[in-house]
Amino acid sequence: MKLGFSAADEAFRQECADWLNAEMAGEFRDIKGITKLTASPERRKEWEQRLGEAKWGCIGWPVEWGGRNATLAQQVIFAEEYARAGVPGRVNHIGVELAGPTLLAFGTEEQKQRFLPGIAAGKTIFCQGFSEPGAGSDLASVRTKGRLENGEWVVNGQKIWTSLAHISDWIFVVTRTEEGSKGPKGLTFLMMEIDQPGIEIRGIKQINGDAEFNETFFTDARCPADSLIGAVGDGWKIAMGLLAFERGVSTLGQQMAFRNELDELIAAAKANGAANNPLIRQRLAKAEIGLRLMRYGALRMLSNTDHSKIDGAALTYKIQWATWRRNLGELAMDVLGQAGEVAEGSEYEWDTLPNLFLYSRADTIYGGTNQIQRNLIAERGLGLPREPRGDV
Amino acid sequence: MEFVFTEEQAMIGETARAFFAENATSERTRKAMAADGIDRDLWTAFCQELGLSGIGIPESAGGAGLGLVELAIIAEAAGAQVAALPMLGSLVLSAQAIAAGGSAEQQAARLPGLLSGEVVAGYVHDAGITADGAGLSGSAGFVAHGGSAQLFVVTSNTGAWLVPADGPGVTVTPLTSMDQTRPYARVTLADAPGEPLADPAAAIAAAHRAGFVAVAAEALGGAQAALDRTVAYARERVQFGRPIGSFQAYKHRLADLMIEIEQARSAVYWAACAVDEGSDEAALAVHAAKSFAADTFFLCAGNMIQLHGGIGFTWEHDAHLSFKRARAIQSMLGNGEWHREQVATMILGEAA
Repeated sequence: MKLGFSAADEAFRQECADWLNAEMAGEFRDIKGITKLTASPERRKEWEQRLGEAKWGCIGWPVEWGGRNATLAQQVIFAEEYARAGVPGRVNHIGVELAGPTLLAFGTEEQKQRFLPGIAAGKTIFCQGFSEPGAGSDLASVRTKGRLENGEWVVNGQKIWTSLAHISDWIFVVTRTEEGSKGPKGLTFLMMEIDQPGIEIRGIKQINGDAEFNETFFTDARCPADSLIGAVGDGWKIAMGLLAFERGVSTLGQQMAFRNELDELIAAAKANGAANNPLIRQRLAKAEIGLRLMRYGALRMLSNTDHSKIDGAALTYKIQWATWRRNLGELAMDVLGQAGEVAEGSEYEWDTLPNLFLYSRADTIYGGTNQIQRNLIAERGLGLPREPRGDV
Repeated sequence: MEFVFTEEQAMIGETARAFFAENATSERTRKAMAADGIDRDLWTAFCQELGLSGIGIPESAGGAGLGLVELAIIAEAAGAQVAALPMLGSLVLSAQAIAAGGSAEQQAARLPGLLSGEVVAGYVHDAGITADGAGLSGSAGFVAHGGSAQLFVVTSNTGAWLVPADGPGVTVTPLTSMDQTRPYARVTLADAPGEPLADPAAAIAAAHRAGFVAVAAEALGGAQAALDRTVAYARERVQFGRPIGSFQAYKHRLADLMIEIEQARSAVYWAACAVDEGSDEAALAVHAAKSFAADTFFLCAGNMIQLHGGIGFTWEHDAHLSFKRARAIQSMLGNGEWHREQVATMILGEAA
């Protein structure tokens, strides 16, 4: 049992840090430190392309598709250094982490040729069309319909919470293609170009005033017949395979962003004297401990090579970080006091800590709510009986 | 990334778990609770037959080598059974103090008896203990298994001494204790002759570091066992025509316990590993582990009673053994607030 990374990995870390720091001090210094996902979209698309040119865009992919075939440890290290250097979040996160790996695993040679070079070059931005107004936690109850007509798929319905759809080029959509089917059966996974008359995107204004998420409407939206990944009716299998890619690699990078938030909070507490309050000190210590435990939980998860057994650290990770961050937001407001409740001179724009307080309410909802997480932990982790299902 | 047990560590874990599960039974523990809180046969078997009592003590000091990771693995296994053994006071706190701060002669004279289990040592710590020449004065109220000890390792914040329990000026008063698997005694010293350890600072630091980690590991084992037993009950107990574990009000509480336990597991092995590797993080990690794991155990043990309903409140059921052990672990070696205050001091850059 060891805590750290190998010497070779640490050398790789230095290489990542050197390159990222140089970029953030040079041509892209204007975007350094941006934390809001919707800020400066055009510059950040240029940054995606810069990552692509330098082969840092999708290092875990095979070399032949523009990656570096990086090991899991290297991917984790890159994500960590990326956040440490203050580089803003990837606007093509969905393309690099989800669409690309899905194509690599399930796509045809022709589909790989069509999409992967664009994603690797940072030129093809993807978003994800899973949730619907009536299919949130119960994701399998999607109703958006797809039908084949004259060699094209024709799609009608509505998706929601399509993060960054308004700046994306492509969307992957889970559609119900078998008339009368229910639940996970009869679904098909389609890749659709967004710039077409049948697709309309409307921003959803969030509680923090920002609009990262969207509603996406499909009215006779079209894509060619060969736009499906896998076979007709395989949509659920593909979607679940895709969600499995989401875990792991980006966790330590995400934690580095949390580190930055906690450091800012500690500095604020020292500056305004809240750090002298014993109750605040206890909560700051708890936050620090929680963050460290997240790191070592993630390292346990990433070190685990025995996938035959349930990995408790992995299964509990989502609710752990989401709840930690929500608590941090609440602590931030207690540290700031009423000064955190005003944004003098702005329309309705919040600094990092008040924004954290508001935004973190979403963390315990998206990607599986805390309630759903507890069901999963109880059923998969502890082997408790499944929730009885209604007959829908 | 190798933050997983090596094969050797996994084997030590299997051996220790099997040993305690087979031998540290509820029946035997309860017999010990009615006496002085030590299952003597278990203690002798652990120290002399299992071959794990010297783990965490350097081979040069007569131990079995290895480190706090392996010591934590054993403490976790013992904690899972709430075993009635003087392991913490004797093999961890006292033996670590002597191994780290004793002269070669002191190690050779004292450690073999401790590691064989023939001598039980109690760890007496109080900031107010004073030394006037060779005579020590002061008292400590909560010496774990103090009533059964033949030897005391006595520490203040600056000094460390060896004091025989039957020496002049030493009064030992066993105290009726809520946790009968680790009863306390009050030890009063009135100009009691003490033999100073060669390097008191090293002795105190090693004892506390190992103590924090070992007690955290014990709490982790206890927490996991409390959850496992409650899950088993949730699957077999039927009310309203369904296993009670199928109700969300019940299963979500169990899920919350697992979330805490997974973090406690990370905490314990992070701290143990950080100490073994001499990492800069060790100082913070041991406080994190002790406070987090203790709170986790208490949360799990309290829920064990609640989720068992009436049977959980009976003397006959083992839930109260966990509950009382958990409470004792929260208080001993610095409570959660004290440990978190140490962490706060470090992260606010106030550390001296």
